[in-house]
Amino acid sequence: MLVKKAADIRYSEVTPKDAYLNRRRFLAAIPLAGAVFATRAAAAEKLAAVKGPFSTDEKPTPFQDVASYNNFYEFGTGKDEPSKNAGRLKTSPWSIHVEGAVSKPKVFDLDAVMKMAPLEERIYRHRCVEAWSIVVPWIGFPLNVLIKAVEPTAKAKFVAFQSLYDPKYMLSERQAGIGLPYVEGLRMDEAMHPLALLGFGMYGQILPNQDGAPVRLVVPWKYGFKSIKSIVKIKFVEKEPPTTWNLTNAREYGFYSNVNPTVDHPRWSQASERRLGEFSKRKTLMFNGYSDQVASLYTGMDLRKNY
Amino acid sequence: MHSKRLLSRRWLKIPVFLLCLAPLLLLAWKALHQDLGANPVEFITHATGDWTLRFLAITLAVSPLRRLLGLPELIRFRRMLGLFAFFYGCLHFTTYLWLDKFFNFDEIAKDVWKRPFITAGFLGFISMAPLALTSTAGWIRRLGGRRWQMLHRLIYISAIAGVVHYYWLVKSDVRKPLLYGAIVFVLLAERAVRWGVGQRRARPSRERAQSIAN
Repeated sequence: MLVKKAADIRYSEVTPKDAYLNRRRFLAAIPLAGAVFATRAAAAEKLAAVKGPFSTDEKPTPFQDVASYNNFYEFGTGKDEPSKNAGRLKTSPWSIHVEGAVSKPKVFDLDAVMKMAPLEERIYRHRCVEAWSIVVPWIGFPLNVLIKAVEPTAKAKFVAFQSLYDPKYMLSERQAGIGLPYVEGLRMDEAMHPLALLGFGMYGQILPNQDGAPVRLVVPWKYGFKSIKSIVKIKFVEKEPPTTWNLTNAREYGFYSNVNPTVDHPRWSQASERRLGEFSKRKTLMFNGYSDQVASLYTGMDLRKNY
Repeated sequence: MHSKRLLSRRWLKIPVFLLCLAPLLLLAWKALHQDLGANPVEFITHATGDWTLRFLAITLAVSPLRRLLGLPELIRFRRMLGLFAFFYGCLHFTTYLWLDKFFNFDEIAKDVWKRPFITAGFLGFISMAPLALTSTAGWIRRLGGRRWQMLHRLIYISAIAGVVHYYWLVKSDVRKPLLYGAIVFVLLAERAVRWGVGQRRARPSRERAQSIAN
């Protein structure tokens, strides 16, 4: 007689595959605890990268600060709100529509984009228009990799970017006080510049949702709001595209928005900045310290007019 | 009746005082435990600014509440509340002078002159100073009740300037400044309406008095 030994684990005890696959989402759905767990869950997801060029040797800002002090108005206008609310963002599956003046328009799956080039770690300074700054070890590769892949035509003079917007779980335009979806843009030569990064991670892991998961722009010589988060659309266009903060207040936020200590924001000075974690303020550097790399992009331009 | 008796108790000023101090104690507690977030200076600036506006609104609410609730005893607390508005205003201003500008008076002068939101904040703050200075019974006597009262209407300027300061400061989400604005508007409108009614009532009696005099 064959006596069957009971299995150590009954099938009913096994976590259903669906729940297993969506475990992060499940955790994120728990109110209050959601934010904490979403950050922890992201912390578990490592992202390997090789050392890339242009890194500063300045000390990176603590991860906790970069992941809890955010401007991401879709998830709240207070600095601490995005880290609490962005758990609702579903980052998988994710596709990026690349269209406009290109020979090979395509809807990319995020995973496919991430395989287009080796991921690099680049430690960049990041300067917010609000006069605070951080140093972040980003993970990504040059934006020009993706641009070359779709072969822009002669008509492509600018690149327009668009963030995900889902009013079901994001702020309304009224609440945020800005038009949504969030849109940004770069001139073609800026977008092709090797400093401009398409970012997927930071601090050795995938981007926390509040920092623009799953894919964002990193343009370190411009004010932070140019580095658009959670990108779903990239369009190549002939004319300068509209940008969200410029539409909100054209006098205060220009299309270029290069970091420039000599051109003040109408409401505050841009001459100095507070590096998070530091007590005294430090002088703001022209182009956020990337003059050697990018100043030539703007020769002959009046940066007072093209702020 | 019970609440009236309670409100007249001498010792009641002590718990009210401590309650007014609570926001500062909470801030100190958070600072001690490194719980002020990624940008502590900004946190302190916003907290002290918020409480200045809140205490201005609470102070302005005393007179209407006395009438509305029929509790004239509330007047006992008005000076303390007003002084707390000034106290939090001082903390807010000091945070700006020290932690934001590091006493760089060149830059501060430029700020006050060139940046409307700072001009408004500065105006609101300095309007409170003479009120704090003349808050004693001695000064009421020296100035005379009427003149003292006129001077202390400067709080209207402070409250309005404070709201404008906040409104001009935010980048896009004006919900909170508008909320403060609405509260201050109601508190001032109540006074304006009462003043208007008072005028209309006063006129016939004055005319009558004149006709009698004639």
